[in-house]
Amino acid sequence: MKINKLAYICFITILASFSIISCSKDKPVDIIPNELEGLKLATTIQNDDHKIEVYTASGKFQTGYNEIFFQIKDKSATLVNNATASWTPTMTMMSMSHSCPASEVTKKDGAQSTYTGYIIFQMASNDMEYWELSIDYTINGTGYSVKDKIQVDATAKRVSESFQGSDGKRYILALVEPSEPKVAVNDMTAALYQMESMMKFIPVENYKIIIDPRMPGMGNHGSPNNVNLTQASKGIYQGKLSLTMTGYWKINLQLADAEDNILKGEAVTAENESSSIYFEIEF
Amino acid sequence: MFRLFTALFSSGVYICNIQAQTDSMPENIDSLLSYQLEETIIIEKKSISDKTERPLATLDQYLEKSGAINMIRRGGYAWEPYINGMGTERSVITVDGMRIYGACTDKMDPVTSYVEITNLSKANIQHGQSGSTGGSTIAGTLDLTRKKSTYGTKSLSGTAFTGFETNNLQKIMGTGISFSHPKAFTDINFTYRDAENYKAGGKKEILYSQFTKYNMSAIAGYRISAHQELEVSLIYDHAKDVGYPALPMDVSTAKAFIGSVEYIQHHITDKLDRWETKIYYNDVTHIMDDTKRPVVPIRMDMPGWSKTAGFYSLLEGKKSRHFWKANLSGHHNQSLAEMTMFSNNPGEKDMFMLTWPGVHTNYADAFAEDIFKISDRLKLTFNAGLAVHNNIVKDEFGFNSLKIFYPDMQRSKTRFLKRLSTNLQYQKDNWYYTAGVAYGERAPGVSEGYGFYLFNSFDRFDYIGNPEMKNEKSVSATGSVMFYKGKFNTKLSGSYFYLLDYIIGRPDVSLSVMTIGASGVKIYEQVPYAHIVNTSLDINYELISNLTWTARLSYRNGNGSNIGNLPLTQPFSYNSGISYQNKICDIDISIQGAARHKKINPAFGESELAAYTILNVFLDRKFLLNDNTLRLRAGADNLLDKKYSTFADWNRIPRMGRNFYFNLIWSF
Repeated sequence: MKINKLAYICFITILASFSIISCSKDKPVDIIPNELEGLKLATTIQNDDHKIEVYTASGKFQTGYNEIFFQIKDKSATLVNNATASWTPTMTMMSMSHSCPASEVTKKDGAQSTYTGYIIFQMASNDMEYWELSIDYTINGTGYSVKDKIQVDATAKRVSESFQGSDGKRYILALVEPSEPKVAVNDMTAALYQMESMMKFIPVENYKIIIDPRMPGMGNHGSPNNVNLTQASKGIYQGKLSLTMTGYWKINLQLADAEDNILKGEAVTAENESSSIYFEIEF
Repeated sequence: MFRLFTALFSSGVYICNIQAQTDSMPENIDSLLSYQLEETIIIEKKSISDKTERPLATLDQYLEKSGAINMIRRGGYAWEPYINGMGTERSVITVDGMRIYGACTDKMDPVTSYVEITNLSKANIQHGQSGSTGGSTIAGTLDLTRKKSTYGTKSLSGTAFTGFETNNLQKIMGTGISFSHPKAFTDINFTYRDAENYKAGGKKEILYSQFTKYNMSAIAGYRISAHQELEVSLIYDHAKDVGYPALPMDVSTAKAFIGSVEYIQHHITDKLDRWETKIYYNDVTHIMDDTKRPVVPIRMDMPGWSKTAGFYSLLEGKKSRHFWKANLSGHHNQSLAEMTMFSNNPGEKDMFMLTWPGVHTNYADAFAEDIFKISDRLKLTFNAGLAVHNNIVKDEFGFNSLKIFYPDMQRSKTRFLKRLSTNLQYQKDNWYYTAGVAYGERAPGVSEGYGFYLFNSFDRFDYIGNPEMKNEKSVSATGSVMFYKGKFNTKLSGSYFYLLDYIIGRPDVSLSVMTIGASGVKIYEQVPYAHIVNTSLDINYELISNLTWTARLSYRNGNGSNIGNLPLTQPFSYNSGISYQNKICDIDISIQGAARHKKINPAFGESELAAYTILNVFLDRKFLLNDNTLRLRAGADNLLDKKYSTFADWNRIPRMGRNFYFNLIWSF
């Protein structure tokens, strides 16, 4: 009986010490999830009041669609979580300057102090021509602004198209998803903007993006059960893309307006192996 | 022709140095009846009078001699057995009851390609559902029986053999050692074959028809007690550099490891004769590539792997006039095949897909058979089986690939496969009759259910499997009449299969071909029905003492709703020969041929074929040297160097031209 009691006490003691250990272990873990998980710092832009750290998944800006995140830090390195912001990317060329399609800036879903949006760069920076990103933001009624040059690299594959449609308007079409293509039916997303002026790009509504994926390295064969892209939200179009194997795929595109008039791109046939507008995917 | 015939024959008889003695044929109703019911190809020769194929022929050539089997030929070696006019998806091929799945998506490695004649004593063929302990089938079963010694007086014996064939410069070498003991036995053998390209009639070299093959086999038995035995068996087969002239790719390596452990107990009680339980495992690796082909549209590798583990437990017994059998079996198979294409455009990534998307098959089977000996003349056989068949697509990559075609596809699919068969055997005077009816079901094969862009070089279509198919079903009737009297015996046999939900690839014009140069894409589908009729007539007549005339005529016909003639259906074929035999010598001259082949399926890429006849001759002579025997076989196949193709030649590749061969076997 005594032994039993002793064993019981020992057991309780061990249990208690375990719970203490686990409590102390729990403490250092940050309850706030890391809002920047999976992101890399692309650039830091600052003014006298704040430092703005800009992140992307790759840590770079590239031609085409870029999902961009940033955080605003004040002088004491405290994150600002009550700002409202907007941004303007500007390309300065030899004789002119222009902007590119850019979304509004919102808070990242579920985040306290991370802001996000997307920018579609239709060209890369080079020695003579450069992109600048300016962010205007308001904190507690006070307006601020930052601006700096950013480096935009050219992607190895074609992921955006800038063209004039048969209606005389200029469009920018960029591949958003799949960012990690698989041999499967992939969800495909693209962003479609119309260039209203050098500095103004507006999302296009109710158009249709016809897709025809092909493998030029393998007899230009296609794939079954693709679904053409239709509008899901402002300027964002969604469909389904079947990729039957890994390798280099050319996603031939045709842009149709709300009345199904083809504004740009040609059907792939035995005689015509590629449309004039396409995306490239290689995996 | 006739003069050549007589000249050859008479010179042969002269060499034979006549020692007249007629071998009397075995007279046993039971064995005759069982012979009628199932067909057996004797591979291991007990005596020189067992004349079939040349002793060192490949297993493919042996099986081709059977009336029930056609061998679909894609090259010099590894032919695909078609039982009753149906391919390997519709039959069950086992080695000593073991299930083995080939690892090639293009059927370049049927189970029969992983064994050698030196491993085997016989091949049992059963039609339709009759006696299908091996599992659910439509066409029938082919069980290859291992050769093994018996427990007996302590002795050691061996053979060494060598052979050479002039046409493809095939060199055959091997050896076997057998050890017998009252409590144990062991058989070990080794065979090596190496062949260059063969030449068709007219000396036309058929490129990429070479092969090299090693086979090692060991089997050992231990007698635990008078009625208990334990056996261990291993086969390791390794083929290298196997060319497939009918296909766009070859095989650099095909390897199989086949192993089993078996426990046998007999004379258990008065009513229980035998209990046999085996567990087995086999592992097949098949590396297909096109590195030997100088010009290809795109370079590709297509390796495949198949692993199977299984068991069976067979109980045999009797009760008064009933002889029964009950079998429980199960196996698990994993099949995976890849395709990697290397782009001609430098810097582009390789194109990769899974052509067999990691398909696991789980199979469990219960089977029972009762042979009711109603009288000495009348026997009734009844059997029934039920199997649970389950396929799971294990590989995530492969599952997502197939979902491109079948978005609602489930990962796992379970089926129940039923089979039933009854057979009546009756004997009166010199006449023997059998008649049977059967019902059977099968699940689609791995390629039919889950294949992903498998190119068929015959019809030049890419094939996509269909995981949503129903079971294929078969109602069949078989029958035979045999007349057996002394010097003359003849057998007429036939079978009819009515197949429901017949599985076949059908073109889908909406799909884009994957393979460069392919004509289109076919999806496996089911047509409401198909019919297959098989008939054959065998005649064996001893003209005068020691001189026997044999003939076989056979014919198949197959057609299906909306498909016309079934592909790869044998036209009217015949062979006939005269042989002179005595105890030490056998001389044989024979012709074999087929009528013009018109029952073709153009959608499968078939074209009409001309009729042909070829002439074969051989001389077999046994020399007795003390306790040793030396056997020499020399002969010529296609002596007149006829250029021809048969219905069974994939893409109509021509058959071998004149081939002189020499087989030398020394037994000690």
